[in-house]
Amino acid sequence: MSVFGDQVFQLARRSVVRTVRQPANVIAPLLFPMLLLAVNSGGLKAETRLPGFPTSSFVAFALAVPFIQGALFATMNAGTDLARDIQTGFLSRLSLTPMRGVALLAGQLGGVVTMSVVQGAVYLSVGLAVGVRPASGGLGVLALFGFAILVALGFGALGAFAALRTGSGEAVQSLFPVLFVFLFLSSMNIPRNLIEVTWFRDIANANPVSYLIECVRSLIITGWNGQALGLGFGIAATIAIVALVLASWSLRGRMAR
Amino acid sequence: MDGLAIEAAELVREFKDGPRAVDGIDLGVAPGEIYGFLGPNGAGKSTTVHILTTLLPPTSGTARVAGHDVVHEGPQVRAAIGAALQEAALDPLLTGREHVRLQASLQALPSSERKVRADELIARVGLSDAADRKVRGYSGGMKRRLDLAMALVHRPSVLFLDEPTTGLDVQSRTALWEEVARLAREDRVTVFLTTQYLEEADVLADRVGIIDHGKIVAQGTPAALKAEVGRPTVEAIPSDPADRERAAAILARFGDPCASTKGIAVRLRSDETDLAEVVRALDVEDLKVENLQLHQPTLDDVFLAKTGRSLEGSDQAEEEREAGEVAVEAA
Repeated sequence: MSVFGDQVFQLARRSVVRTVRQPANVIAPLLFPMLLLAVNSGGLKAETRLPGFPTSSFVAFALAVPFIQGALFATMNAGTDLARDIQTGFLSRLSLTPMRGVALLAGQLGGVVTMSVVQGAVYLSVGLAVGVRPASGGLGVLALFGFAILVALGFGALGAFAALRTGSGEAVQSLFPVLFVFLFLSSMNIPRNLIEVTWFRDIANANPVSYLIECVRSLIITGWNGQALGLGFGIAATIAIVALVLASWSLRGRMAR
Repeated sequence: MDGLAIEAAELVREFKDGPRAVDGIDLGVAPGEIYGFLGPNGAGKSTTVHILTTLLPPTSGTARVAGHDVVHEGPQVRAAIGAALQEAALDPLLTGREHVRLQASLQALPSSERKVRADELIARVGLSDAADRKVRGYSGGMKRRLDLAMALVHRPSVLFLDEPTTGLDVQSRTALWEEVARLAREDRVTVFLTTQYLEEADVLADRVGIIDHGKIVAQGTPAALKAEVGRPTVEAIPSDPADRERAAAILARFGDPCASTKGIAVRLRSDETDLAEVVRALDVEDLKVENLQLHQPTLDDVFLAKTGRSLEGSDQAEEEREAGEVAVEAA
């Protein structure tokens, strides 16, 4: 393995080890999305009787949400970990090594991505256990994990950017409610075409989170839907690229040496 | 200044809307030397270290470390130095061994060497028993020792220690001093040590630079600096307060009166004066004293002489004074 690859691996390993050693950071992203899934599936299953609702299983419909919600937790974990490194001076220590800044970012995000794969496996296992069968088949499951990785990468980079800009874990955590608002003002609970309140439908239409959810949803309930996949992957890639550029730029400032 | 491990000329660092943290510093540190950078909080010690370790660019002036310019040859400087900065920057969730191994991989040590090097350093700083415990359970002294081990992973030729013993108990401090002294003596590592503790600079440093308000106000060996500010003083506290005048008359034979908060004090006229002579003179006059002390000049006296005030924030000033004095309890 090259020196750079080894450094990225070691930093990703550290990121995973840190997460695993903070049980709250493991349990929350697994438990809360599953609780929300259970509550919504129980309370909103009557929606499936609406004309035009895309599936007869509300669990299958709602299973897309944990993937995005888990990515939001990834944002928090990546950001707060990095902010803590800044606050404790650990970043200065890293700055004094020959390591390139990009290795730090890649390592940190490598850990986030690893955790997102674990989370995705748990969400999908729960879905399979309650009878959900992805309409896109085995390849669709692979695409689903690829998408989860891309989303985690984007949101993780966003958290890293916030941490690098502010150097404050509290500031990173204050992002969480904002992102949650985006989640709730999306098509998480109902297809956009069935939203009757105009302002809500307009917001859901403009909200990129709707398209992220619908990308996952299409793989689970409708099979290979080019438009949903194109929009979902396109938006996730755009978020990831923009966030990575911003985080790299901020990191360069932080590690100016 | 060829061949110096650390050299700086007219080094300045200004912060936005603030005073000059570093205000025209010139210094040179020879290879294998321990240089103590002594000053109160806010004097500019840490800012100087940050510049010399490439973490902060200077506003003006030049500095070279291990032969490389800190502004233009940062990677070469960083490859040659190790640093333990003011706060032991450790991850509370990792173990001591994980820290050293991570540092070894980031310093690009071959993977075959990492384990051996980590074990060797952990043993050297006395953390073998605690190496697999998470750092959040470490004491301040253990964290400092781990910090030092990490700074040494890649065998640096120049080591920067920014207030390495602040907040440590006496035992931990002594252990760290021994290791730093050994590094300079046996491994020929150049050590740039900032401290606000007079005793630390006195015991460890081959040469001391005293910094105040961003400027070096005095530089030299501790002995030379202390010799600059004057001769030792003798202070006596008579057992009977009524004997103060007699005691003053006896002591006046040996030196000129000077201020004393508790008893009678004189600054000796000669460095050769033996405390035993003073004791004999008091004994001949049958004057009993409760306490008799010989005060050697301290680095605090040097600081006082150069800046007009005592070294602020140094809780060790009194300890240092006590270490440098010979006390004789009167019978």
